[in-house]
Amino acid sequence: MTLRTPTGGSIDRNTLLHFTFNGRPYTGHPGDTLASALLAHGVHEIGSSVKLGRPRGIVAAGSEDPTSLVQVEAPFSEPMLPATTVELYDGLVARGLAGQGRLSAEPDPARYDAKHEHCDVLVVGAGPAGLMAALTAARSGARVVLVDEQNQAGGALLGVDEYLDDRPSAEWVADVVAELRSTPGVLVLERTTAFGMYQDGFVLALQKRTDHLGFAAPASVARQRVWRIRTKQTVLATGAHERPVAFTDNDRPGIMLASSARTFLHRYGVLPGSRAVVFTTNDSAYCAAIDLAESGVDIALIADARPETPARLATECAARGIEVRAGHVVVGTQGDGRVSGVRIAPLAGTSPDVTVACDTVLVSGGWNPVVSLFSQARGKLRYDAELGAFVPGEELPTVRVAGSATGELDLGACARQGRDAGAQAAAAAGFTPGGQVPLPVSDSRCTARSGLVLWRVPGDDDASFVDLQRDSTVADVLRATGAGLRSLEHVKRYTTIGTAHDQGKTSGMIAAGIVAEELGVELAEQRPTTFRPPFTSVSFAALAGRDRGELHDPVRVTSIHPWHVAHGALFEDVGQWKRPWYYPQEGEDLHTAVLRECKATRESVGMMDGSTLGKIDVQGRDAGKFLDMLYTNMMGTLKVGRIRYGVMCGVDGMVIDDGTVIRIGEERYLVTTTTGNAAKILDWMEEWLQTEWPHLDVHCTSVTEHWATIPLVGPRSRDVLAAVAPSLDVSNEAFEFMTWRDTEVAGVPARVCRISFSGELAYEINVTAWHGIAVWEALMAAGEQYGITPYGTETMHVLRAEKGYPIIGQETDATVTPQDLGMSWAVSKKKPDFIGKRSFARAENNRSDRKQLVGLLPVDPAVLLPEGSQIVETDRLPEPPVRMLGHVTSSYPSAALGRTFALALLRSGHERIGETLYVPVEDSLVPVTVTESVLYDKEGARRDG
Amino acid sequence: MQLIPCPWCGPREEAEFHYGGQAHVAYPGDPSALTDEEWARYVFFRENPSGPFAERWSHNAGCRRWFNAVRDTRTHDLLAVYRVGEPMPEVTA
Ligand SMILES: [Zn+2]
Repeated sequence: MTLRTPTGGSIDRNTLLHFTFNGRPYTGHPGDTLASALLAHGVHEIGSSVKLGRPRGIVAAGSEDPTSLVQVEAPFSEPMLPATTVELYDGLVARGLAGQGRLSAEPDPARYDAKHEHCDVLVVGAGPAGLMAALTAARSGARVVLVDEQNQAGGALLGVDEYLDDRPSAEWVADVVAELRSTPGVLVLERTTAFGMYQDGFVLALQKRTDHLGFAAPASVARQRVWRIRTKQTVLATGAHERPVAFTDNDRPGIMLASSARTFLHRYGVLPGSRAVVFTTNDSAYCAAIDLAESGVDIALIADARPETPARLATECAARGIEVRAGHVVVGTQGDGRVSGVRIAPLAGTSPDVTVACDTVLVSGGWNPVVSLFSQARGKLRYDAELGAFVPGEELPTVRVAGSATGELDLGACARQGRDAGAQAAAAAGFTPGGQVPLPVSDSRCTARSGLVLWRVPGDDDASFVDLQRDSTVADVLRATGAGLRSLEHVKRYTTIGTAHDQGKTSGMIAAGIVAEELGVELAEQRPTTFRPPFTSVSFAALAGRDRGELHDPVRVTSIHPWHVAHGALFEDVGQWKRPWYYPQEGEDLHTAVLRECKATRESVGMMDGSTLGKIDVQGRDAGKFLDMLYTNMMGTLKVGRIRYGVMCGVDGMVIDDGTVIRIGEERYLVTTTTGNAAKILDWMEEWLQTEWPHLDVHCTSVTEHWATIPLVGPRSRDVLAAVAPSLDVSNEAFEFMTWRDTEVAGVPARVCRISFSGELAYEINVTAWHGIAVWEALMAAGEQYGITPYGTETMHVLRAEKGYPIIGQETDATVTPQDLGMSWAVSKKKPDFIGKRSFARAENNRSDRKQLVGLLPVDPAVLLPEGSQIVETDRLPEPPVRMLGHVTSSYPSAALGRTFALALLRSGHERIGETLYVPVEDSLVPVTVTESVLYDKEGARRDG
Repeated sequence: MQLIPCPWCGPREEAEFHYGGQAHVAYPGDPSALTDEEWARYVFFRENPSGPFAERWSHNAGCRRWFNAVRDTRTHDLLAVYRVGEPMPEVTA
């Protein structure tokens, strides 16, 4: 059966497209949507509802449609698309959904991107009002962007067969668009939905660039693009959506909005059925009925809920043999799947209903201005009692509303509003009006203002659907009000009405109306639910754009990185850095590799890439004074040539970072930060310098990436260094611990620091990043005779943990003081003040039951405690709540200790040394002995080699 | 996304900025002279008004300057921006 009209519609009848729906082959034409092509074959039943499994069809012709959800299967699987928004292409495969789709398990091969656009006037919507606004603004010379959701301009004109200026409206539209496109500085974007409106004229719009091309979409073109538009002025010409009326069994396929049926006829040349009943509360549905009747649809009758029918339209109906019943409503429907008949009864009174056979029901309950973006722009809404809808209730300085989005439904008036809004917006953006744009003269016989506001027809509330996608009924709304809910926001959450993909475009107003009726309040006193982005569904792929995979986040690598890759290192992410984690040899796992790396380093020599360490050059007359305020210990007295370990705290006295400070000159220091805190500490320095101590002569700059930094560690490190730095006296007497020397290493200028993060004799070799690999390889060669072993972050962590050195962010969590870490020695008693000092005197900081850093030795030396484990007092868990004494912060097997060990933050930890406590691991309680945090070489005998 | 008028660079995207809390909370001249309560007020207590609020911002991804702004916390509108060291301007919310 074909329901395609012989002529008309903006489809290409000469081209046939083949597609598959629910496994069956169909045909359509370019210009069709999946919905219109299916309707042309008489297919109304698309899927079934999410909770009740009731058959569902096509309610509307556009993105407001609540029911026609499909999953596109080919070319690429994509769920939850209204069939009314899927442009038909050859080879399309789709199936109807039972309310929910399924994301593809395959990665999306399409490309998505974003583009920034700046303009003077943004016009949203290319209907008559939007076109007039854009043209008026464009003629003033303003940079104009016009976006429209559809694949062609025209808006509501696409769905009617009317004349403007005595010619088909499509010609008028085409002329306006042609002028706009040829005007410099004007951008017209079709298939582009403005979905979010934010502060300061920031609007997000989604452009579907190749969706409609299907298999023919070029891979080189981004499939969808997010436009990030910054505009001075905005004209919202977003139109109005027709709304239905809730009545018993109003969800059957074949029941659709009257204006949508009219759109299917005029835009796609498709008839909704062969015999239709029209149920309306206003004039607009008459135009649909008359147009469809003239196209051959048998209009069984028009049930007009109003006591009086509009005289002129009723006469036109009579002339076509269409029966009109005033004061009548549809009280129920029947059908197996698709609707096969309706029951009609008077709205008032008790007359028995009559059954009318039909295959289509066209419903109009009035019009809802599309105010979502206006509301997102924080515009206040006002209830228009005559319209039965919320309309823009105030003027905003940079946002104007024109056309039926204001509640104005007369075409001529909409065009005038558009022209005025365009002129005002251009003027507000600083442009003087160009030529006056003449208003088009309309021949329309339709107005829609004189309606009756009717939300529901009394009947079976459990089968009267308000939100068809959510399967929410009048009964659900009544349950909400019955439960005492009064605010529309609460009812929305209780019933889920308006929370589906369509955001309640056809259901929200009806729910609000029923709530007000039930509560006996005026809708004018009700606050509408907040409109939030996105206006229509936007995929995560589009929002992510190009920021996927390798482009998701920058990857930072050191200058020595290629060597690590070539030598089989596995990497650990530390912030954006890729750091070598360990270097497994044949057959090694993490544990065996790390035990080998640790052993080699402690017994002979190892080295690692420490280039990621944050480095900040601090210069100026007051540099020492400044660092004295930032660090808990004294830096101003540090002698040139020497190095000091330092701890930084916040004003609350909690540790935020640690590192070394080396004094390069009288007015110059180089400080290091932990890898992950480099940016944060530079910010911290700038904050104090700019906001508290602008009088200090200090300048800071990051030099992290300028240097390649190589810790050379172990008893043989001196021998290795001596071999590559012949001009440097490496003896302990000439080159003491915590001093630095500028020298040459492997023939390039180098700064060597004698510092150690492992307790072993160690040197930190710094060269410019250019020479990183060359120096690294020279060290490897010089150390070969000692079995020099490159090691990664895991071994570094074990070596430092054996010495009880904390890692910021692992042993600390912004509640830990230097004293808690056992580092009172690093807190100056002499300095009058430094950041955090005053907090150390607070009672809270001096409680004896603070959590303090200790070591834990499992009684069974083979048991490895999971990091993060809790610590309890008894060998049997008491009834909850169980008192937690602290937690394990680091835990490793140790080659040097020949056993496992852990560090922990433990309540009253320093007093508990020697105690046996318990760590719950899965179902058992593991006994552990509390020790000091330093477990290896407590005397520090290994430091000087 | 909001535009924030950096007093050095002009209006820039909000994402370039870093928030720094209430402005004009000076580091005490002599912390050791304060009682625990006075010190705790400096460290932990900040205003939370409904309406104009002077606060610190840093143009972190731009000129990296700190500056002050008066923001209406009800609307997020920035009523004034001014440089560090300048007095808070009169604003009408
Ligand atoms: Zn700036």
